[in-house]
Amino acid sequence: MRALHVLLTGLSLVSCLQAPRAAEAPAAELQAVPGRIAVRAGVLHTMAGPAIQDGVVLIDGGRIVAVGLASEIAVPDGWPVREAAVVTPGLVDARSSVGLAGWLNIPHDQDEVDRSESIQPELRAIDAYNAREPLVEYLRSFGVTTVHTGHAPEALIAGQTMVVKLKGDTVEDGVLVGEAMVAAALGAPAQRDTNPGTRSKSAAMLRAALIGAQDYTQRRSNPGEGEPPARDLRQEVLGRVLNGQTPLLVYAQRANDIMTALRLRAEFPGLRLVLDGACEAPLVLDEIRAAGVPVICHPTMQRASAETRSLSMDTPRVLLEAGIATALQSGYESYVPRTRVVLFEAAIAARHGLAFEQALGLVTIDAARILGVDQRVGSLEVGKDGDLALYDGDPFEYVTHCVGTVIEGTLVSELVR
Amino acid sequence: MPILVALACAVLAASQAGSPVPGQDGGLTAFVGAHLIPVEGAEIERGVLLVQDGRIVALGAVGKLAVPAGAEVVELSGRTLMPGLVCTHSHVGEPWGADRSSPIQPEARALDGMDVRAPSVARARAGGLTTLNCMPGSGHLISGQTVYIKLRAGDTIEELAYRNPDGSLMGGLKMANGTNPQGEPPFPGTRAKSAALVRQRFVAAQEYRDKLARGAGGPDKLPPRDLALEALVEVLEGKRVVHHHTHRHDDILTVLRLSQEFGFRVVLHHVSEAWKVADEIAAARAGVSAILVDAPGGKQEATEISFETPRILCAAGVRVALHTDDYITDSRLFLRMAGLSVRGGLSRELALQGVTLAGAELLDLDQRVGSLAPGKDADFIVLDGDPLSVYTHVLQTWVEGRKVFDLDDPEDRLLAVGGPGAGDERPFTDCCAGVR
Repeated sequence: MRALHVLLTGLSLVSCLQAPRAAEAPAAELQAVPGRIAVRAGVLHTMAGPAIQDGVVLIDGGRIVAVGLASEIAVPDGWPVREAAVVTPGLVDARSSVGLAGWLNIPHDQDEVDRSESIQPELRAIDAYNAREPLVEYLRSFGVTTVHTGHAPEALIAGQTMVVKLKGDTVEDGVLVGEAMVAAALGAPAQRDTNPGTRSKSAAMLRAALIGAQDYTQRRSNPGEGEPPARDLRQEVLGRVLNGQTPLLVYAQRANDIMTALRLRAEFPGLRLVLDGACEAPLVLDEIRAAGVPVICHPTMQRASAETRSLSMDTPRVLLEAGIATALQSGYESYVPRTRVVLFEAAIAARHGLAFEQALGLVTIDAARILGVDQRVGSLEVGKDGDLALYDGDPFEYVTHCVGTVIEGTLVSELVR
Repeated sequence: MPILVALACAVLAASQAGSPVPGQDGGLTAFVGAHLIPVEGAEIERGVLLVQDGRIVALGAVGKLAVPAGAEVVELSGRTLMPGLVCTHSHVGEPWGADRSSPIQPEARALDGMDVRAPSVARARAGGLTTLNCMPGSGHLISGQTVYIKLRAGDTIEELAYRNPDGSLMGGLKMANGTNPQGEPPFPGTRAKSAALVRQRFVAAQEYRDKLARGAGGPDKLPPRDLALEALVEVLEGKRVVHHHTHRHDDILTVLRLSQEFGFRVVLHHVSEAWKVADEIAAARAGVSAILVDAPGGKQEATEISFETPRILCAAGVRVALHTDDYITDSRLFLRMAGLSVRGGLSRELALQGVTLAGAELLDLDQRVGSLAPGKDADFIVLDGDPLSVYTHVLQTWVEGRKVFDLDDPEDRLLAVGGPGAGDERPFTDCCAGVR
């Protein structure tokens, strides 16, 4: 009942702001056409221009067909209509392990890292992601619609990541990019008692693996007089890292580890580097900017520990002010909470000096650009996917609720969270 | 410690100038113009708070409560002022307590392991916390004695700890059930074994207590001193409150069953599934210290944790305080816990009590702290907005009339926000690696 009450309050707030236009029939009664919905917003943050007061988004066939002022865009007769005080693009989580890492946190649902070897880029996220994981549903209920998830930064190269929509019952239903990046780690998370046991060894092993893949690629394409080497999944993936087809995502918190990652990139010119975490990035801003490397920043509420003792809640602001392409992540959590929610992390970024739309950008359009999926998601523009998050107030306020989530024109969550 | 240096300079400057330190040394200080949230009683739009000798003398509305002549005035127009926050479950200062040698160690005292100079303690000041229950553990049935501290400026646990009437340092007893204390022998392997081990130990404490009573006539008749049983006798006599980690609904009921069998006072902590047994908790008159975390799970017992727990428990008549469990959540964002409780349907009033007065009550400290009331300690925080808003920052933290945190101070700001130099940390793995 409380949920209903809040929803009704939100609706009445919106109806004060605009004249009624279309029939107010509940969406459930009008599920005539899948992927078709109209969403009206007291404030519509498109992330493709200034916020629109009293706006509307029309979605048909899962894609946005119109977006703008409610006074200028008529909702066609018979379309289901949803309303909310504030509507944003569906949120994009730029780095997670959800779906591989499950909420029970027992061997049954811990697939975020295999510790048998230090370098395993052939491990695919799509072969481990559980679309029915309860944490997936949980994130969806806060407006998260797209997640870059995969192997955790818990090994030198733990495996691949993917970009997935939080919809459907199978990974195939949701996947946008099957092989999004290869996840590497520097510093303590990469280290074992041996292989690698130190930072120098970590760098040496990474370089050796990449040089080995260069050699493999060359001998495969140009075997000369001998037999070409047998197909090797590991080498194939590293080959795609070397030619930039698949970016290398390097978890590096300390400044010296960030510099090691930049050194790797300089040694292998085709390699596309993305930094993950980067809590000491404020110490090496010029170097990161000069390299043109984007940063998927640590969660603003991440806990400080030995490697992350310089964590700051205003790192996203510092990165943006330095002109560095930046997104925000929920990150990997090994205990409680098992995942973070990028909505909450962006809120703390807004608390620490970012303008509202700058903070929202970290978890929408800017994240989509770094992930290479901005043609599909991250902002509300005609032709892009109809992914929306509906709120009953300022999305960043602690007391505001997410009241609905739409993915490709389908209402996938109606919980009041 | 930069705060202390700043304070020492302030004290020196004040004494050289011949004027009293605000709120101290007999001088009367008036904090004028802030929106006052007393927590007990109605909010005051523009108020006056009078402080003398570290205590609150009076509070009222500007124009109704006169500022006495000669009082030092601290202008706070546009600010919000509310009681210092009370956290009923914290691990700042890293008081590990018991070691891994056995599951029951009531003799281990948090006060002997506390590092009150740790950056985590300083960050708690930055979050507006002024009173904390610092907990040993976890991973035991009994992890040891907790210690209640006041975050006044000080370098030793003796300076910070609350004291009992006999001068001893004040605290409770940390216990746990469910999967948390389970492990290889001598740790229990099941819930029934956990309860049996605890019951056997409390039975021993009852017998020890009876021997102490019978031997009261002379030292030669007394049993040999047993530090573990002494602590449990304090629990049996109601002098020491049990602070009990518990998540699953049936584990919560087990705590209540033990509490009733041995007559000990208990506060239920974390309580992921308390919403399933709200009526039973209310009937047992047990207090609750709840935590809200950003996602369910991480361990099976916490998969049904909910933002709605404080609302459901309060509706059933349970007294609910909130806690950080710092390192689990960050003390600097403790007010966020109140905000998330409101998100879950709790009233503003009860949410604000949850981070102040309710906690003070559960720690037996509500006569001294937890609200703005004449006679109580002048522990308060100054905010730049509503306490439930994400955009609001703690600007100042005052303890007993003395400022112990100021966001305008660059060193304090570094603690509040973070960044290079914010402080050395001990890895969390020292505490809870492998503990579920």
